[in-house]
Amino acid sequence: MSDTDTVPNAAPPGQRPADKAPARSFLSQLELDLRLLGMVGAFIAVCVVFNLLTDGRFLTPRNIFNLSIQTVSVAIMATGMVFIIVTRHIDLSVGALLATASAVMAMMQTRWLPDMMGLPLGHAALPWLSILAGLITGAVIGAFQGWLVGYLTIPAFIVTLGGLLIWRNVGWYITSGQTIGPLDETFQAFGGINGTLGAQWSWIFGLVAAAAAVLALISARRNKIGHGFPVKPVWAEAVVMAIIVGAILGFVAILNAYEIPSRVLARDFAARGAEMPEGFTASYGIPYSVLLLIAVAVVMTVIARKTRLGRYIFATGGNPDAAELSGINTRLLTVKVFSIMGILVAISAVVASARLTNHSNDIGTLDELRVIAAAVIGGTALSGGIGTIYGAILGALIMQSLQSGMAMVGVDAPLQNIVVGTVLVAAVLIDIIYRRRVGGK
Amino acid sequence: MTMTETAKADPRANGAKPLVELKDIRIAFGGVQAVDGVSLDLYPGEVVGLLGHNGAGKSTLIKILSGAYKADSGEIRIEGQKATINSPRDARRYNIETIYQTLALADNLDAASNLFLGREITTRAGFVDDAKQEAETRRIMARLNPNFRKLSEPVSALSGGQRQSVAIARAVYFNAKILIMDEPTAALGVHETAMVADLIKELKAQGLGIFLISHDTREMMDLCDRVSVMKNGQLIGTERVEDVTEDDILSMIIMGKNPKRDAA
Repeated sequence: MSDTDTVPNAAPPGQRPADKAPARSFLSQLELDLRLLGMVGAFIAVCVVFNLLTDGRFLTPRNIFNLSIQTVSVAIMATGMVFIIVTRHIDLSVGALLATASAVMAMMQTRWLPDMMGLPLGHAALPWLSILAGLITGAVIGAFQGWLVGYLTIPAFIVTLGGLLIWRNVGWYITSGQTIGPLDETFQAFGGINGTLGAQWSWIFGLVAAAAAVLALISARRNKIGHGFPVKPVWAEAVVMAIIVGAILGFVAILNAYEIPSRVLARDFAARGAEMPEGFTASYGIPYSVLLLIAVAVVMTVIARKTRLGRYIFATGGNPDAAELSGINTRLLTVKVFSIMGILVAISAVVASARLTNHSNDIGTLDELRVIAAAVIGGTALSGGIGTIYGAILGALIMQSLQSGMAMVGVDAPLQNIVVGTVLVAAVLIDIIYRRRVGGK
Repeated sequence: MTMTETAKADPRANGAKPLVELKDIRIAFGGVQAVDGVSLDLYPGEVVGLLGHNGAGKSTLIKILSGAYKADSGEIRIEGQKATINSPRDARRYNIETIYQTLALADNLDAASNLFLGREITTRAGFVDDAKQEAETRRIMARLNPNFRKLSEPVSALSGGQRQSVAIARAVYFNAKILIMDEPTAALGVHETAMVADLIKELKAQGLGIFLISHDTREMMDLCDRVSVMKNGQLIGTERVEDVTEDDILSMIIMGKNPKRDAA
């Protein structure tokens, strides 16, 4: 604006080589995504504020464990919503579809397979056949909605608004409106607290994950050097590696610090007909549901960044006509994107119903809004073409932290929703301002 | 009359077969006959210009050849063989490449992703090989536009000329035989326009057949071997540029009449 602001920028860069080093700041040398830093910053701020307000009860291993398992279901679906919104569509039916998928899986393991196929309750194949049926249900319904959108050109808003009414009540008819449970014990292990790795395996997983991350960074660097592209300085690479390894192992350490209450342990020993040794302790470690989320995140990120499908999804979102003229079958692409969403909804249905240990008709109610909000808070642009998987997961985490933080502080339920709604709108505003500054669209 | 004239004017009398033959192409949109019985041909190493007012049907005709539209009737022959072009993918299979007026770039992707869009280089595992694509993009850009450096930024961050280079690179990278250029210089400055003109001459020398659409009659007289003028969906005439003046062309565009033929 003023002269003092513009003059330094106006000087040609070549004329002031001495200034060049400080111009590339510490952060820019790390080549980290500014948006990612902003979201991580917001998340840390939320955590710190609630930790102060709750006298340190927010950042305890127990609460972090709970936060993780509460986030999983919405976060898994949010990764799929990224693809949907990137291709300029919307899916309002995910909460209802979750209910249908959950109903199918609950009926499979408690009624249909035992009654029709003669598999007794508790049979080892029950949970897996049920999950398979749920995944197929999600994929087929998703593909059907995608076909209506892509081939019959009905707007996605209308197709999935209809779906929101239809699938919730299809779920109702499948179960005749009853709550179905208890679900199979193996199935319940995907819910969170009923299925965890334990301390030792959590550490092994953490170390393997950290090693994989470091190797991936090294191979990406080698690849760049191999093609003669510029790479960031070694120290910057090392800092990024240290942050990633620290985050992974720190997360494992926190989850391992949450110990199983001794009365639960005593009950387990009693069930096995054994006596609990004096002073015996055990940790929960990483829940299977969180492992599932990590697996989904990795697969979806690889699809987004490394496959033709992902490239076409983003190209179509950026310019549908250009994608079409480049020979991309955008109609079939729409079917695929909605089908992926359906599969992810079914995976979330496993986690959500397993966490509740039964299927009830209102499962997943309003999840469509949480999922869309998570994707949008995570930086997915409704105008299409822009969005990241990690952003959507962070978005889900920020929303869940806000919600459970406010619950712990004792904020009234209506006010909680008012705050979450405000945050959603504010997040999009900040995103718009950020993009305008950076000059993107 | 026509016989003798074509015989004299025919640059293709040396027995070359036409690369493209469009025969009696028709297409209508909601009652409007956008292209009305147009026949055109194109020979290897030849530039044919398409002229006419906005809405004359040039872009529509060319989009039928590039697979964006499907003709209601008529026939397309490529190298003498009847061709079925129902989609841009089909057109690419016949080595027809198009540079659209709108450039048809995905603004959110970088230059390499746009260049290889729909034809990605993949690794043995089936993943997109970004590093290889970027290296190839560097290689071709060094030839087309040596000032091009913003390889890893989305193309929305590029200037008009740089975006044009990406669109051109995409068309010429994949060994096109037939190139369609719809207003390739509309958004360009003087220097960049000259670069495109040089490129057209070079590609022509390599034996490509080029359909060129432009409003700039002078430019067309320089670059083209023949020009075809369209008005209201119909072909007014096709002339060799040395047989007509710029004024003749203009009156064909405006009046829809071929003064030379009327005089004869």
